[in-house]
Amino acid sequence: MIAFLLKRTANAAFVMLAVALLAFVIFRFFGDPVEMMVNEQATLQDRIELRERLGLNDGFVTQYTRFVTNAVQGDFGVSYRNQQDVMVLIKERFPATFELVLVATVISLVVGIPAGVITAVYRDSRLANALQLGSIIGVSLPSFVVGILLILAFSVSLGWLPAFGRGATVDIGWWSTGLLTPSGRAALVLPAISLSTFQVTLVMRLVRAEMLETLRADYIKFARARGVPTRRVQWRHALRNCLMPVITLTGMQIGNLIAFALVTETVFQWPGMGMLFIQAVTFVDLPVMAAYLLIVSLIFVVLNTLVDITYAWVDPRLRDDSARGNG
Amino acid sequence: MDNTIPQTTPAAPKRPSRLTLLRDSDLWHSFRAHPSAIFAAALLALVALTAFLAPWITPQNPYDLAALELWNSEIPPIWEAGGQWPFVLGTDTQGRDILSAVLYGSRISLIIGFASVLLALAVGLALGLVAGYFGGWIDNVIMRVGDVLLSMPFILIAILITAIASASLPTGLKDVLAAPILIVAIAVPSWVQYARTVRASAMVEAKKEYVQAAKLIRVKPWRIMLHHILPNCLTPILVAATLNFGLAILSEATLSFLGVGMPPDQPSLGTLIRIGNQYLFSGLWWIVVFPSIQLCLIVLSVNMIGDWLRDALNPKLR
Amino acid sequence: MTLRHLLLATAAVATFSGAAQAENVLKWGANRDIGSLDPYSFGDSFTINVLNHVYEGLVRYNKDLKIEPALAESWEILDDKITWRFKLREGVTFHNGNSFTAEDVVASLARVSHETSPLKGNLPAYVSSKVVDDLTVDITLNGTYPLLLNDLTNIHIFDAEWMTENDALMPTDVGAGTEGYATYNANGTGPFIVESRQPDAKTVFVVNADWWDEPQHNLDRIELTPVNSAATRVAALLSGEISFTNDAPVQDLPRLAAAPNVEVLEGVDLRTVMIGFPFRETLTTGEPNPFVEKPVREALYKAIDLDLIQQKVMRGKSRNAGATVAPPIPGYTEALDELPGYDPEASKALLAEAGVPEGLEFEFNCLSDGLVNEEQFCQAIASMWSRIGLSPKLDVAPRAVQSPKRTNAKTDIYTLGWATLPLLDSYSPLLQIFHSKDGNAGVFNWGGWSYPELDALIDAAGSELELEARLALQTEALQMVKDEIIMIPLHQQPMAWAVTEGVSEMPLFPDAKPRLWFARMAEGS
Repeated sequence: MIAFLLKRTANAAFVMLAVALLAFVIFRFFGDPVEMMVNEQATLQDRIELRERLGLNDGFVTQYTRFVTNAVQGDFGVSYRNQQDVMVLIKERFPATFELVLVATVISLVVGIPAGVITAVYRDSRLANALQLGSIIGVSLPSFVVGILLILAFSVSLGWLPAFGRGATVDIGWWSTGLLTPSGRAALVLPAISLSTFQVTLVMRLVRAEMLETLRADYIKFARARGVPTRRVQWRHALRNCLMPVITLTGMQIGNLIAFALVTETVFQWPGMGMLFIQAVTFVDLPVMAAYLLIVSLIFVVLNTLVDITYAWVDPRLRDDSARGNG
Repeated sequence: MDNTIPQTTPAAPKRPSRLTLLRDSDLWHSFRAHPSAIFAAALLALVALTAFLAPWITPQNPYDLAALELWNSEIPPIWEAGGQWPFVLGTDTQGRDILSAVLYGSRISLIIGFASVLLALAVGLALGLVAGYFGGWIDNVIMRVGDVLLSMPFILIAILITAIASASLPTGLKDVLAAPILIVAIAVPSWVQYARTVRASAMVEAKKEYVQAAKLIRVKPWRIMLHHILPNCLTPILVAATLNFGLAILSEATLSFLGVGMPPDQPSLGTLIRIGNQYLFSGLWWIVVFPSIQLCLIVLSVNMIGDWLRDALNPKLR
Repeated sequence: MTLRHLLLATAAVATFSGAAQAENVLKWGANRDIGSLDPYSFGDSFTINVLNHVYEGLVRYNKDLKIEPALAESWEILDDKITWRFKLREGVTFHNGNSFTAEDVVASLARVSHETSPLKGNLPAYVSSKVVDDLTVDITLNGTYPLLLNDLTNIHIFDAEWMTENDALMPTDVGAGTEGYATYNANGTGPFIVESRQPDAKTVFVVNADWWDEPQHNLDRIELTPVNSAATRVAALLSGEISFTNDAPVQDLPRLAAAPNVEVLEGVDLRTVMIGFPFRETLTTGEPNPFVEKPVREALYKAIDLDLIQQKVMRGKSRNAGATVAPPIPGYTEALDELPGYDPEASKALLAEAGVPEGLEFEFNCLSDGLVNEEQFCQAIASMWSRIGLSPKLDVAPRAVQSPKRTNAKTDIYTLGWATLPLLDSYSPLLQIFHSKDGNAGVFNWGGWSYPELDALIDAAGSELELEARLALQTEALQMVKDEIIMIPLHQQPMAWAVTEGVSEMPLFPDAKPRLWFARMAEGS
């Protein structure tokens, strides 16, 4: 087990170094940092001095090492656009994205699991078919279209919920939360629903597939044969058996949700990391782009590694299986 | 699975017999038994047909700046008061016919989606075969690169590629290369999935006796890979590719919506939605609604076919 | 941390940042964020305009846009004609409690005119300044110069002591790899104090109870939120999430005006929208540049259907312009404003005569976050030019991306809006746009033209203290700009603000600058 743990951790570290290399290449070679920093009156001499001062004349390896060392300490430099420390910017924005993803995840589980069970247990019933159809529409609707429709319906036509922003927030230390105020919670509803549509269908389909498989398993048949009420078998025993894959999926999807939140954040003007990133992209603000890439990948890799380790802990057979894919 | 090899090896069958095979196959029967699959296929065929015939059936070439007439801007759909022939679905703020724009846009979306899946397939299959067949350091390098790509969210990789490409290309080239860049941007993060599937089956097959025997009589490795290993893993790959086609179209739309995809003078469906979104409250609903409907219909039909294919090819669910 | 601890911590540290007591809170939804809290960090008028609520100049414009005393109470020109003596206002304090003295003025002028300051062009005649006594400052110029007061309206005064303490005496240098203190902290003398700022999310200003002037507003708090998407801004107004926007999309005005809770304020901006030509030898494609020939420029001018753009793209809200400055700007005459007449056939003939090849490719550089409906009118113009046989390549991107291309001659034709701010005088575009590039002159001469005769006229105007004589020179210069078609004037763009019913007074200014110290909200709303 320890060997496996070490191996997975080393693997994760290697992946992060590679991502850092990518981020570094983006940061260093696309767009000349000097050109983006100086104002229009700067002379050639100014530019040469700045280049020297930034260490842009050092060797590739030296620069890369410096980039990684700084990044590990949370130093990604200063945003070209805001002239502020990149890490501070990201730290300010992280709570907004995290809360959005958290609520979207909760919605996906609360809606997705029952829907999945229903479609599996009452196969071919009218309700199940409707849910199935709903799920396929769910994966086919682009989340920005869902967002636009929600705004049209609930903000503009009905005027029930806010169309943009986070509402009022409360600071707890450096963490700003919108969950503790009525306007903050109201502002969260539409973006969270829009972000969760895809995830809901994913959970539902997974639960359905697992349930169908489990319901065919011998011990379920035995339980039924022994006279355990059908409903109890379905909702208790069978469902419990599918929860592990659902938790895994949820864990691994959180990274994806954080990344995908950038679409939702753009539609709802949600002041999170994703909007910061999209604005950085349009303004070619490379330090912010590089930092966002590294941070989101780190979350992704850590979650995947944790899921792998948990799995290996639960099921020892997996420890020596290196060919397992999770794509 | 092994006993299906003789059927699909190209040694025996001729072309017409393949068609007969298809007609008698389980797949065809399953297709005919699923009205939703038939519906989806018909819909997709209709969309693809109108999209590719767009230059001949639309009243206007929406990419030709000289054809746009500002006097014709903001005409509502034909059934609304003020609607005008030939602008059946109305026009946008530049006088661009929405129907023409939607059809041309669908063409771009379909081409980009299809080409990116094809590219990812080609790269994924080739690298997966090589990795699984040869093993060793080649395998290690390919799979590590795959690990790195999978450790970054799909959409993030695609955005970075398009953003960097457009930031470093001159304006003239940017327009010409917009579609190829998108194809690459969507293919890069998606080849890994195919590579992993093929690799796993290649590893199994490479150990089998017939492959060893073939090696002994010096059959070239690529022949073995192509004729023996590849056919064995086509089923899961076909399903994955179909579902990824839908995903690729969605990704293209998302990138264009975010403003890093197709430029406004050669709009894809995503670009049209992005532009139309500005006029959401101006009463010009048709600019955003029709491209959205078309996009959803395309992805929905592709996904329905993919779903049916997965269930039909999965023996467990039959 | 257990839940109980968490709750205790919440109770202890929580600062409620959206509290809506019986306060007058103006929720301002702007189309973009300010670049920084440092008015000298970007040469960007929106940032400067917003920060004018926090920082003030020695003089300011009143409600009628006439110059009146602000931090300076009076001034005189000394006998040498190039030194101006300012008597400063007594009893003014900065937000941190420091009192305002001559030291502060000298330190601020040194900062804004520093070599690396992006705003040094805003004070073109400045040479030096010195403290005479605590409340008297002398400013020395490089010659006789009539427009110093106009310049000074927008030069904000910092606290010297505060800058020294926080190492902010120099303008922010991004190249140093550190943040500037003034980038995210502010300490002015103005009617509002910055309470908090989250870039791109929210900046909160609270009323300065110790302001030296008698407040005409009754606001307690201003919350500035950037809402980039026009549609979202409209939705937010309709649902009352914002109470004021200084950029109501023109296409949504009917809808906003019809809403019972929204009032639309319309006017025509002083900003004249223009199209500039390159005067270099080659285009970005490497082909020879035909735009150096006047007939070719004329051909492009006559190919633009100004009326159509006015009606369709600007929805009848703009004012077609023949002059490069708006009518209220000194130096304008009606003769300058004559329109060329739309005549694509004449354009084709001119192009053919000049030997311009069919399908000539050139870049057309527009901003996605610039002028009113810029993306749309650029597309419309590109399509009009296509119809006379040219192939413009439209390049639309945010200002931050386009600016380097424009200033480094990496594009061909471009758009430019000029409101003559803060001078409100035609000398502003003449010096900054139409003069040859030379030191502080021609900073926005991106096309790289040079007309020595024109330069001579502008220079003469720049040292003429007699108003009538100066304006005559400027009108002559503007006529030359028009005759040579150095740039194509399109229109004065529309200006549309919108407020919700809680806002009772919101004066609209033709320079498009919100001055919220004149705004009032209905009591008890």
